[in-house]
Amino acid sequence: MIDTVNLTKRFGNFTAVDNLNLNIAKGEIFGFLGANGAGKTTTIRILCGLTKPSSGTATVGGFDVNKHSEQIKTVIGYMSQKFALYNDLKAKENLAFYASVYRQPLRIALERLNPLLETMGLTSILNSFTRDLPMGYKQRLSLVCALVHDPPILFLDEPTSGVDPQARREFWDMINQLAIAGKTVIVSTHFMDEAEYCHRVIVMRDGKEVAMGNPTELKQLHQSKNMQELFLKLARGE
Amino acid sequence: MNACSIKELSISYGETPALRNISLAIPQGEIYGIIGPDGAGKTTLMRALCTLLPYQHGSIEVLDLHTVKDEKNIRARLGYMPQRFSLYQDLSVQQNLMFFAKLFGVKEKEYRKRLAELYQFSRLEPFNKRRAGDLSGGMKQKLALSCALIHTPELIILDEPTFGVDPVSRIEFWNILHELKAEGIGIIVSTPYMDEAEQCDTVALIHKGQILDIGKPGDLLAAWPFKLYTVNGSDLAEIRAFLAAQPEINNLQLFGSEIHISSNEEISSDTFAAWMQQCVSLKQWKAISPGMEDVFLEMMSHD
Repeated sequence: MIDTVNLTKRFGNFTAVDNLNLNIAKGEIFGFLGANGAGKTTTIRILCGLTKPSSGTATVGGFDVNKHSEQIKTVIGYMSQKFALYNDLKAKENLAFYASVYRQPLRIALERLNPLLETMGLTSILNSFTRDLPMGYKQRLSLVCALVHDPPILFLDEPTSGVDPQARREFWDMINQLAIAGKTVIVSTHFMDEAEYCHRVIVMRDGKEVAMGNPTELKQLHQSKNMQELFLKLARGE
Repeated sequence: MNACSIKELSISYGETPALRNISLAIPQGEIYGIIGPDGAGKTTLMRALCTLLPYQHGSIEVLDLHTVKDEKNIRARLGYMPQRFSLYQDLSVQQNLMFFAKLFGVKEKEYRKRLAELYQFSRLEPFNKRRAGDLSGGMKQKLALSCALIHTPELIILDEPTFGVDPVSRIEFWNILHELKAEGIGIIVSTPYMDEAEQCDTVALIHKGQILDIGKPGDLLAAWPFKLYTVNGSDLAEIRAFLAAQPEINNLQLFGSEIHISSNEEISSDTFAAWMQQCVSLKQWKAISPGMEDVFLEMMSHD
Protein backbone atom coordinates (compact mmCIF):
# COMPACT_ATOMS: atom_id res chain seq x y z
CA MET A 1 0.00 0.00 0.00
CA ILE A 2 2.95 2.29 0.67
CA ASP A 3 6.28 2.16 -1.13
CA THR A 4 9.15 4.61 -0.93
CA VAL A 5 12.51 4.69 -2.70
CA ASN A 6 15.32 6.80 -1.23
CA LEU A 7 12.79 9.21 0.23
CA THR A 8 14.58 12.35 1.41
CA LYS A 9 13.46 15.70 2.81
CA ARG A 10 15.81 18.59 3.46
CA PHE A 11 15.07 21.90 5.17
CA GLY A 12 18.01 24.10 4.17
CA ASN A 13 21.12 22.29 5.40
CA PHE A 14 19.12 20.05 7.69
CA THR A 15 18.13 16.58 6.46
CA ALA A 16 14.92 15.62 8.24
CA VAL A 17 14.34 12.40 6.28
CA ASP A 18 17.35 10.64 4.82
CA ASN A 19 17.02 7.96 2.11
CA LEU A 20 14.11 6.03 3.51
CA ASN A 21 13.00 2.82 1.79
CA LEU A 22 9.68 1.46 2.98
CA ASN A 23 7.32 -1.22 1.72
CA ILE A 24 4.16 -1.46 3.78
CA ALA A 25 1.59 -4.11 2.92
CA LYS A 26 -2.20 -4.07 3.12
CA GLY A 27 -3.50 -4.95 6.59
CA GLU A 28 -0.17 -4.25 8.23
CA ILE A 29 0.23 -2.29 11.47
CA PHE A 30 3.47 -0.40 10.92
CA GLY A 31 5.04 1.61 13.74
CA PHE A 32 7.33 4.64 13.59
CA LEU A 33 9.66 4.93 16.60
CA GLY A 34 12.27 7.55 17.33
CA ALA A 35 13.25 10.37 19.63
CA ASN A 36 11.56 13.76 19.24
CA GLY A 37 12.99 15.26 16.07
CA ALA A 38 14.09 11.96 14.47
CA GLY A 39 11.96 12.57 11.36
CA LYS A 40 8.82 10.52 12.09
CA THR A 41 6.30 13.33 11.66
CA THR A 42 8.02 14.71 8.53
CA THR A 43 7.89 11.24 6.94
CA ILE A 44 4.22 10.87 7.82
CA ARG A 45 3.49 14.34 6.42
CA ILE A 46 5.14 13.41 3.10
CA LEU A 47 3.17 10.17 2.91
CA CYS A 48 -0.05 12.08 3.58
CA GLY A 49 0.69 14.39 0.65
CA LEU A 50 1.10 17.43 2.90
CA THR A 51 4.68 18.19 1.97
CA LYS A 52 6.78 17.16 -1.04
CA PRO A 53 10.02 15.17 -0.72
CA SER A 54 13.28 16.88 -1.76
CA SER A 55 14.30 13.72 -3.62
CA GLY A 56 13.24 10.11 -3.93
CA THR A 57 9.78 8.77 -4.61
CA ALA A 58 6.83 7.50 -2.66
CA THR A 59 3.49 6.01 -3.63
CA VAL A 60 0.58 5.75 -1.24
CA GLY A 61 -2.40 3.60 -2.22
CA GLY A 62 -1.04 3.68 -5.78
CA PHE A 63 -0.75 7.48 -5.94
CA ASP A 64 2.57 9.30 -6.35
CA VAL A 65 3.18 11.89 -3.60
CA ASN A 66 4.85 14.21 -6.12
CA LYS A 67 2.14 14.14 -8.75
CA HIS A 68 -1.11 13.09 -7.11
CA SER A 69 -1.04 14.48 -3.59
CA GLU A 70 -4.74 15.44 -3.76
CA GLN A 71 -5.84 11.91 -4.69
CA ILE A 72 -3.82 10.54 -1.77
CA LYS A 73 -6.16 12.35 0.60
CA THR A 74 -9.08 10.28 -0.64
CA VAL A 75 -7.40 6.99 0.35
CA ILE A 76 -6.01 7.97 3.74
CA GLY A 77 -7.40 8.88 7.13
CA TYR A 78 -5.26 10.96 9.49
CA MET A 79 -5.45 11.41 13.22
CA SER A 80 -2.91 13.14 15.41
CA GLN A 81 -2.28 13.79 19.08
CA LYS A 82 -3.56 17.31 18.44
CA PHE A 83 -7.10 16.08 17.88
CA ALA A 84 -8.43 18.25 15.08
CA LEU A 85 -11.94 18.45 16.49
CA TYR A 86 -14.02 21.58 16.86
CA ASN A 87 -14.61 21.99 20.58
CA ASP A 88 -17.62 24.24 20.02
CA LEU A 89 -19.39 21.64 17.91
CA LYS A 90 -21.27 18.64 19.21
CA ALA A 91 -19.66 15.24 18.62
CA LYS A 92 -22.15 14.48 15.86
CA GLU A 93 -21.56 17.88 14.24
CA ASN A 94 -17.85 17.13 14.10
CA LEU A 95 -18.65 13.89 12.29
CA ALA A 96 -20.96 15.78 9.92
CA PHE A 97 -18.20 18.31 9.26
CA TYR A 98 -15.67 15.61 8.36
CA ALA A 99 -18.25 13.80 6.26
CA SER A 100 -18.90 16.96 4.23
CA VAL A 101 -15.19 17.69 3.82
CA TYR A 102 -14.80 14.21 2.36
CA ARG A 103 -18.05 14.59 0.39
CA GLN A 104 -19.73 11.68 2.11
CA PRO A 105 -23.48 11.83 2.69
CA LEU A 106 -23.77 11.89 6.49
CA ARG A 107 -26.56 9.32 6.58
CA ILE A 108 -24.47 6.76 4.69
CA ALA A 109 -21.35 7.52 6.72
CA LEU A 110 -23.27 7.14 9.98
CA GLU A 111 -24.83 3.88 8.85
CA ARG A 112 -21.42 2.45 8.09
CA LEU A 113 -19.78 3.84 11.23
CA ASN A 114 -22.60 2.83 13.54
CA PRO A 115 -21.11 -0.51 14.69
CA LEU A 116 -17.82 1.29 15.40
CA LEU A 117 -19.59 4.04 17.35
CA GLU A 118 -21.35 1.34 19.37
CA THR A 119 -18.18 -0.60 20.25
CA MET A 120 -16.43 2.61 21.19
CA GLY A 121 -19.27 3.69 23.45
CA LEU A 122 -19.74 6.89 21.48
CA THR A 123 -23.43 6.53 20.63
CA SER A 124 -24.53 8.08 23.91
CA ILE A 125 -22.32 11.15 23.60
CA LEU A 126 -23.08 12.13 20.00
CA ASN A 127 -25.14 15.10 21.18
CA SER A 128 -22.56 16.31 23.74
CA PHE A 129 -20.35 19.29 23.07
CA THR A 130 -16.87 18.11 22.17
CA ARG A 131 -15.20 20.42 24.72
CA ASP A 132 -17.04 18.60 27.55
CA LEU A 133 -15.74 15.17 26.55
CA PRO A 134 -12.93 13.47 28.48
CA MET A 135 -9.66 12.92 26.62
CA GLY A 136 -10.38 9.24 25.90
CA TYR A 137 -13.66 10.07 24.17
CA LYS A 138 -12.13 12.87 22.10
CA GLN A 139 -9.46 10.46 20.98
CA ARG A 140 -11.99 7.85 19.86
CA LEU A 141 -14.11 10.51 18.17
CA SER A 142 -11.03 11.71 16.25
CA LEU A 143 -10.45 8.15 15.09
CA VAL A 144 -14.03 7.86 13.81
CA CYS A 145 -13.68 11.23 12.05
CA ALA A 146 -10.56 9.90 10.31
CA LEU A 147 -12.61 6.92 9.11
CA VAL A 148 -15.59 8.85 7.82
CA HIS A 149 -14.69 8.23 4.14
CA ASP A 150 -13.73 4.57 4.73
CA PRO A 151 -10.07 5.00 3.71
CA PRO A 152 -7.95 1.88 3.18
CA ILE A 153 -4.95 3.54 4.88
CA LEU A 154 -4.92 5.11 8.32
CA PHE A 155 -2.19 7.38 9.72
CA LEU A 156 -2.12 7.73 13.50
CA ASP A 157 0.45 10.24 14.79
CA GLU A 158 0.95 9.61 18.52
CA PRO A 159 -2.73 8.74 18.93
CA THR A 160 -2.35 7.68 22.57
CA SER A 161 -0.24 10.53 23.95
CA GLY A 162 -1.72 11.60 27.27
CA VAL A 163 -4.13 8.66 27.34
CA ASP A 164 -4.36 6.41 30.42
CA PRO A 165 -3.23 2.74 30.42
CA GLN A 166 -6.75 1.32 30.24
CA ALA A 167 -7.89 3.59 27.40
CA ARG A 168 -4.64 2.88 25.52
CA ARG A 169 -5.38 -0.85 25.57
CA GLU A 170 -8.94 -0.33 24.37
CA PHE A 171 -7.63 1.89 21.58
CA TRP A 172 -5.18 -0.79 20.47
CA ASP A 173 -7.93 -3.40 20.42
CA MET A 174 -9.69 -1.15 17.91
CA ILE A 175 -6.53 -0.70 15.83
CA ASN A 176 -6.23 -4.49 15.67
CA GLN A 177 -9.84 -4.83 14.57
CA LEU A 178 -9.27 -2.28 11.81
CA ALA A 179 -6.15 -4.12 10.60
CA ILE A 180 -7.99 -7.44 10.62
CA ALA A 181 -10.70 -5.76 8.53
CA GLY A 182 -7.97 -4.97 5.97
CA LYS A 183 -6.99 -1.40 6.82
CA THR A 184 -3.32 -0.52 6.65
CA VAL A 185 -2.34 1.31 9.83
CA ILE A 186 0.71 3.56 10.17
CA VAL A 187 1.25 4.62 13.76
CA SER A 188 3.84 6.59 15.71
CA THR A 189 4.10 6.24 19.47
CA HIS A 190 6.27 6.99 22.49
CA PHE A 191 4.85 4.04 24.43
CA MET A 192 7.23 1.15 23.89
CA ASP A 193 4.74 -1.51 25.00
CA GLU A 194 2.62 -0.33 22.06
CA ALA A 195 5.58 -0.83 19.74
CA GLU A 196 5.27 -4.54 20.58
CA TYR A 197 1.73 -4.55 19.14
CA CYS A 198 2.93 -3.48 15.67
CA HIS A 199 3.56 -6.09 12.99
CA ARG A 200 6.68 -4.20 11.99
CA VAL A 201 8.42 -1.08 13.23
CA ILE A 202 11.07 1.29 11.98
CA VAL A 203 13.39 2.98 14.46
CA MET A 204 14.57 6.35 13.13
CA ARG A 205 17.47 8.53 14.18
CA ASP A 206 18.53 11.76 12.48
CA GLY A 207 16.13 11.04 9.62
CA LYS A 208 17.66 7.62 8.91
CA GLU A 209 16.50 4.07 9.43
CA VAL A 210 18.55 2.48 12.23
CA ALA A 211 16.43 -0.65 12.45
CA MET A 212 13.37 -2.08 10.77
CA GLY A 213 11.48 -5.30 11.24
CA ASN A 214 9.23 -7.39 13.37
CA PRO A 215 9.56 -6.51 17.11
CA THR A 216 10.42 -10.09 18.12
CA GLU A 217 13.20 -10.34 15.51
CA LEU A 218 14.55 -6.89 16.35
CA LYS A 219 14.75 -7.73 20.05
CA GLN A 220 16.69 -10.91 19.26
CA LEU A 221 18.99 -9.12 16.84
CA HIS A 222 19.82 -6.34 19.29
CA GLN A 223 19.72 -8.53 22.39
CA SER A 224 17.08 -6.48 24.16
CA LYS A 225 14.51 -7.90 26.53
CA ASN A 226 11.82 -5.47 25.38
CA MET A 227 11.23 -2.60 22.98
CA GLN A 228 11.97 0.00 25.67
CA GLU A 229 15.49 -1.41 26.03
CA LEU A 230 15.88 -1.62 22.26
CA PHE A 231 14.75 1.98 21.90
CA LEU A 232 17.19 3.25 24.52
CA LYS A 233 19.97 1.37 22.73
CA LEU A 234 19.18 2.55 19.22
CA ALA A 235 17.28 5.81 19.27
CA ARG A 236 20.16 7.96 20.46
CA GLY A 237 22.99 5.82 19.18
CA GLU A 238 24.78 6.01 22.52
CA MET B 1 4.30 22.73 56.56
CA ASN B 2 2.18 20.90 54.04
CA ALA B 3 2.47 21.67 50.36
CA CYS B 4 -1.32 21.45 50.26
CA SER B 5 -4.13 20.70 52.67
CA ILE B 6 -7.42 19.98 50.99
CA LYS B 7 -10.55 19.61 53.07
CA GLU B 8 -13.86 18.27 51.77
CA LEU B 9 -13.34 19.79 48.35
CA SER B 10 -16.11 19.48 45.77
CA ILE B 11 -16.08 21.04 42.33
CA SER B 12 -18.76 20.73 39.66
CA TYR B 13 -18.98 21.94 36.10
CA GLY B 14 -22.66 22.78 35.87
CA GLU B 15 -24.43 19.56 36.72
CA THR B 16 -21.33 17.41 36.25
CA PRO B 17 -19.36 16.75 39.43
CA ALA B 18 -15.58 16.76 38.81
CA LEU B 19 -14.35 16.31 42.38
CA ARG B 20 -16.47 14.81 45.14
CA ASN B 21 -15.61 15.64 48.72
CA ILE B 22 -11.85 15.20 48.53
CA SER B 23 -9.63 15.53 51.61
CA LEU B 24 -5.91 15.26 51.11
CA ALA B 25 -2.73 16.38 52.85
CA ILE B 26 0.28 16.63 50.56
CA PRO B 27 3.58 16.89 52.45
CA GLN B 28 6.01 19.56 51.27
CA GLY B 29 9.27 18.43 49.67
CA GLU B 30 7.99 15.22 48.08
CA ILE B 31 7.37 14.16 44.52
CA TYR B 32 3.65 13.55 44.85
CA GLY B 33 1.85 11.80 41.99
CA ILE B 34 -1.78 12.30 41.04
CA ILE B 35 -2.68 9.15 39.14
CA GLY B 36 -6.00 8.27 37.51
CA PRO B 37 -7.81 7.61 34.25
CA ASP B 38 -8.84 10.29 31.77
CA GLY B 39 -11.67 12.35 33.19
CA ALA B 40 -10.93 11.36 36.82
CA GLY B 41 -10.53 14.99 37.92
CA LYS B 42 -6.71 15.28 37.99
CA THR B 43 -6.50 18.51 36.00
CA THR B 44 -9.41 20.03 37.94
CA LEU B 45 -7.62 19.27 41.20
CA MET B 46 -4.34 20.74 39.99
CA ARG B 47 -5.99 23.88 38.65
CA ALA B 48 -7.79 24.36 41.95
CA LEU B 49 -4.46 24.04 43.81
CA CYS B 50 -3.05 26.75 41.53
CA THR B 51 -5.91 29.12 42.54
CA LEU B 52 -7.22 28.99 38.97
CA LEU B 53 -10.63 27.45 39.68
CA PRO B 54 -13.38 28.59 41.99
CA TYR B 55 -14.83 25.80 44.11
CA GLN B 56 -18.23 25.37 45.66
CA HIS B 57 -17.46 23.39 48.81
CA GLY B 58 -14.50 22.79 51.06
CA SER B 59 -11.20 24.58 51.48
CA ILE B 60 -7.69 24.43 50.08
CA GLU B 61 -4.51 25.68 51.67
CA VAL B 62 -1.32 25.80 49.65
CA LEU B 63 1.92 26.39 51.60
CA ASP B 64 -0.30 27.23 54.59
CA LEU B 65 -2.06 29.99 52.63
CA HIS B 66 -5.73 29.93 51.73
CA THR B 67 -6.33 29.74 47.95
CA VAL B 68 -9.13 32.30 47.99
CA LYS B 69 -7.87 34.84 50.55
CA ASP B 70 -4.16 34.63 49.75
CA GLU B 71 -4.30 33.99 46.02
CA LYS B 72 -1.56 36.49 45.14
CA ASN B 73 0.86 35.29 47.80
CA ILE B 74 0.39 31.71 46.71
CA ARG B 75 1.05 32.50 43.07
CA ALA B 76 4.35 34.16 43.95
CA ARG B 77 5.54 30.94 45.62
CA LEU B 78 4.10 28.43 43.18
CA GLY B 79 5.12 27.30 39.69
CA TYR B 80 2.57 25.72 37.34
CA MET B 81 3.09 23.82 34.13
CA PRO B 82 -0.28 23.28 32.45
CA GLN B 83 -1.18 20.18 30.50
CA ARG B 84 -0.64 21.56 27.03
CA PHE B 85 2.30 23.67 25.84
CA SER B 86 1.37 27.24 26.64
CA LEU B 87 4.52 29.23 25.96
CA TYR B 88 4.85 31.78 23.18
CA GLN B 89 5.82 29.79 20.09
CA ASP B 90 7.05 32.92 18.30
CA LEU B 91 9.37 33.98 21.10
CA SER B 92 12.82 32.48 21.51
CA VAL B 93 13.79 30.25 24.42
CA GLN B 94 15.40 33.16 26.25
CA GLN B 95 12.56 35.59 25.46
CA ASN B 96 10.06 33.19 26.98
CA LEU B 97 12.15 32.89 30.13
CA MET B 98 12.52 36.68 30.33
CA PHE B 99 8.79 37.14 29.79
CA PHE B 100 7.95 34.91 32.75
CA ALA B 101 10.67 36.53 34.88
CA LYS B 102 9.13 39.97 34.25
CA LEU B 103 5.63 38.64 34.88
CA PHE B 104 6.71 37.39 38.30
CA GLY B 105 8.73 40.53 39.06
CA VAL B 106 12.10 38.79 39.20
CA LYS B 107 14.85 41.43 39.59
CA GLU B 108 17.50 41.72 36.85
CA LYS B 109 20.41 40.45 38.97
CA GLU B 110 18.39 37.57 40.34
CA TYR B 111 17.17 36.72 36.83
CA ARG B 112 20.71 36.38 35.49
CA LYS B 113 21.71 34.07 38.31
CA ARG B 114 18.54 32.02 37.96
CA LEU B 115 18.90 31.79 34.18
CA ALA B 116 22.39 30.32 34.59
CA GLU B 117 21.04 27.72 37.03
CA LEU B 118 18.11 26.80 34.81
CA TYR B 119 20.32 26.48 31.74
CA GLN B 120 22.62 24.22 33.67
CA PHE B 121 20.01 21.55 34.30
CA SER B 122 17.94 22.05 31.15
CA ARG B 123 20.95 22.25 28.82
CA LEU B 124 18.91 24.66 26.70
CA GLU B 125 21.56 27.39 26.52
CA PRO B 126 22.87 26.38 23.07
CA PHE B 127 19.29 26.85 21.82
CA ASN B 128 18.56 30.15 23.60
CA LYS B 129 17.86 31.98 20.33
CA ARG B 130 15.68 29.24 18.82
CA ARG B 131 11.94 29.92 18.54
CA ALA B 132 10.02 27.89 21.13
CA GLY B 133 7.80 26.59 18.34
CA ASP B 134 10.83 25.04 16.63
CA LEU B 135 12.00 23.04 19.64
CA SER B 136 11.59 19.26 19.82
CA GLY B 137 8.94 17.85 22.19
CA GLY B 138 11.40 17.07 24.98
CA MET B 139 13.05 20.50 24.78
CA LYS B 140 9.68 22.27 24.81
CA GLN B 141 8.77 20.55 28.04
CA LYS B 142 12.12 21.44 29.59
CA LEU B 143 11.55 25.06 28.60
CA ALA B 144 8.04 25.04 30.08
CA LEU B 145 9.47 23.60 33.30
CA SER B 146 12.20 26.27 33.34
CA CYS B 147 9.58 29.01 32.92
CA ALA B 148 7.61 27.57 35.83
CA LEU B 149 10.80 27.70 37.93
CA ILE B 150 12.04 31.18 36.95
CA HIS B 151 10.75 32.89 40.13
CA THR B 152 12.29 30.18 42.36
CA PRO B 153 8.99 28.75 43.64
CA GLU B 154 8.84 26.43 46.65
CA LEU B 155 6.29 24.19 45.03
CA ILE B 156 5.67 23.26 41.40
CA ILE B 157 2.54 21.68 39.96
CA LEU B 158 3.08 19.77 36.71
CA ASP B 159 0.11 18.48 34.72
CA GLU B 160 1.28 15.59 32.51
CA PRO B 161 4.67 17.21 31.84
CA THR B 162 5.95 14.35 29.65
CA PHE B 163 3.05 14.49 27.17
CA GLY B 164 4.43 13.63 23.71
CA VAL B 165 7.98 13.18 25.00
CA ASP B 166 10.10 10.26 23.78
CA PRO B 167 11.40 7.58 26.20
CA VAL B 168 14.95 8.95 26.32
CA SER B 169 13.84 12.52 27.01
CA ARG B 170 11.37 11.28 29.63
CA ILE B 171 14.20 9.72 31.62
CA GLU B 172 16.12 12.98 31.35
CA PHE B 173 13.07 15.00 32.48
CA TRP B 174 12.56 12.82 35.54
CA ASN B 175 16.24 13.09 36.46
CA ILE B 176 15.68 16.84 36.56
CA LEU B 177 12.66 16.38 38.84
CA HIS B 178 14.76 14.33 41.26
CA GLU B 179 17.41 17.08 41.26
CA LEU B 180 14.77 19.72 42.01
CA LYS B 181 13.44 17.63 44.86
CA ALA B 182 16.95 17.35 46.28
CA GLU B 183 17.03 21.16 46.32
CA GLY B 184 13.94 21.10 48.51
CA ILE B 185 11.29 21.96 45.95
CA GLY B 186 7.93 20.25 46.38
CA ILE B 187 6.55 18.65 43.22
CA ILE B 188 2.97 17.63 42.48
CA VAL B 189 2.77 15.80 39.17
CA SER B 190 0.21 13.89 37.12
CA THR B 191 1.14 11.33 34.49
CA PRO B 192 -0.36 8.55 32.38
CA TYR B 193 2.99 6.71 32.49
CA MET B 194 3.03 4.17 35.30
CA ASP B 195 6.83 3.89 35.28
CA GLU B 196 6.80 7.57 36.26
CA ALA B 197 4.19 6.93 38.96
CA GLU B 198 6.62 4.43 40.48
CA GLN B 199 9.23 7.17 40.83
CA CYS B 200 6.97 9.32 43.05
CA ASP B 201 7.42 9.36 46.83
CA THR B 202 3.65 9.16 47.32
CA VAL B 203 0.82 8.65 44.86
CA ALA B 204 -2.88 9.38 45.18
CA LEU B 205 -5.09 7.22 42.98
CA ILE B 206 -8.07 9.21 41.82
CA HIS B 207 -11.12 7.92 39.95
CA LYS B 208 -14.46 9.58 39.17
CA GLY B 209 -13.60 12.56 41.31
CA GLN B 210 -12.76 10.56 44.42
CA ILE B 211 -9.55 9.39 46.06
CA LEU B 212 -9.37 5.59 46.00
CA ASP B 213 -6.02 5.08 47.65
CA ILE B 214 -2.95 6.97 48.85
CA GLY B 215 0.46 5.59 49.65
CA LYS B 216 4.08 5.08 48.74
CA PRO B 217 4.21 3.11 45.46
CA GLY B 218 6.15 0.32 47.21
CA ASP B 219 3.48 0.02 49.91
CA LEU B 220 0.62 0.03 47.43
CA LEU B 221 2.33 -2.71 45.43
CA ALA B 222 3.06 -4.75 48.57
CA ALA B 223 -0.57 -4.49 49.68
CA TRP B 224 -1.91 -5.67 46.34
CA PRO B 225 -3.92 -8.77 47.24
CA PHE B 226 -3.63 -10.80 44.03
CA LYS B 227 -1.20 -13.34 42.62
CA LEU B 228 0.31 -12.15 39.37
CA TYR B 229 1.81 -14.10 36.47
CA THR B 230 3.17 -13.19 33.08
CA VAL B 231 2.72 -15.53 30.13
CA ASN B 232 3.83 -15.43 26.53
CA GLY B 233 3.96 -17.55 23.43
CA SER B 234 3.46 -17.58 19.71
CA ASP B 235 -0.02 -16.16 19.21
CA LEU B 236 -1.05 -13.65 21.87
CA ALA B 237 -4.58 -13.18 20.53
CA GLU B 238 -5.18 -16.92 20.78
CA ILE B 239 -3.64 -17.14 24.28
CA ARG B 240 -5.74 -14.20 25.38
CA ALA B 241 -8.96 -15.77 24.14
CA PHE B 242 -8.08 -19.06 25.80
CA LEU B 243 -7.16 -17.54 29.17
CA ALA B 244 -10.20 -15.27 29.22
CA ALA B 245 -12.32 -18.41 29.49
CA GLN B 246 -10.47 -19.77 32.55
CA PRO B 247 -12.42 -19.23 35.80
CA GLU B 248 -9.23 -19.04 37.93
CA ILE B 249 -8.26 -15.79 36.23
CA ASN B 250 -9.45 -12.59 37.75
CA ASN B 251 -8.03 -10.13 35.26
CA LEU B 252 -5.90 -10.35 32.13
CA GLN B 253 -4.05 -7.55 30.39
CA LEU B 254 -1.70 -7.18 27.46
CA PHE B 255 1.76 -5.88 28.38
CA GLY B 256 3.63 -5.53 25.11
CA SER B 257 4.64 -9.02 24.03
CA GLU B 258 3.35 -10.60 27.25
CA ILE B 259 0.03 -11.07 29.02
CA HIS B 260 -0.30 -10.44 32.75
CA ILE B 261 -2.88 -12.55 34.54
CA SER B 262 -4.00 -12.02 38.10
CA SER B 263 -5.82 -14.44 40.35
CA ASN B 264 -7.18 -14.52 43.90
CA GLU B 265 -5.41 -17.81 44.58
CA GLU B 266 -2.06 -19.18 43.52
CA ILE B 267 -2.17 -20.90 40.13
CA SER B 268 -0.30 -24.20 40.34
CA SER B 269 2.29 -25.36 37.85
CA ASP B 270 -0.04 -28.30 37.13
CA THR B 271 -2.74 -25.88 36.04
CA PHE B 272 -0.27 -24.07 33.78
CA ALA B 273 0.91 -27.40 32.35
CA ALA B 274 -2.70 -28.35 31.58
CA TRP B 275 -3.29 -24.96 29.94
CA MET B 276 -0.19 -25.34 27.80
CA GLN B 277 -1.53 -28.65 26.52
CA GLN B 278 -4.91 -27.18 25.69
CA CYS B 279 -3.52 -24.04 24.12
CA VAL B 280 -0.37 -24.82 22.14
CA SER B 281 0.40 -21.15 21.56
CA LEU B 282 1.04 -20.76 25.28
CA LYS B 283 4.76 -21.34 25.77
CA GLN B 284 6.00 -19.76 29.00
CA TRP B 285 4.73 -18.57 32.35
CA LYS B 286 6.32 -16.96 35.41
CA ALA B 287 5.12 -15.57 38.75
CA ILE B 288 5.96 -11.86 39.02
CA SER B 289 5.50 -8.91 41.38
CA PRO B 290 3.02 -6.26 40.31
CA GLY B 291 3.92 -2.83 38.97
CA MET B 292 1.81 0.32 39.20
CA GLU B 293 0.31 -0.42 35.79
CA ASP B 294 -1.10 -3.71 37.13
CA VAL B 295 -2.53 -1.89 40.13
CA PHE B 296 -4.03 0.80 37.92
CA LEU B 297 -5.63 -1.65 35.49
CA GLU B 298 -7.04 -3.76 38.34
CA MET B 299 -8.59 -0.63 39.82
CA MET B 300 -10.17 0.25 36.46
CA SER B 301 -11.52 -3.26 35.90
CA HIS B 302 -14.05 -2.79 38.73
CA ASP B 303 -16.02 -0.26 36.75
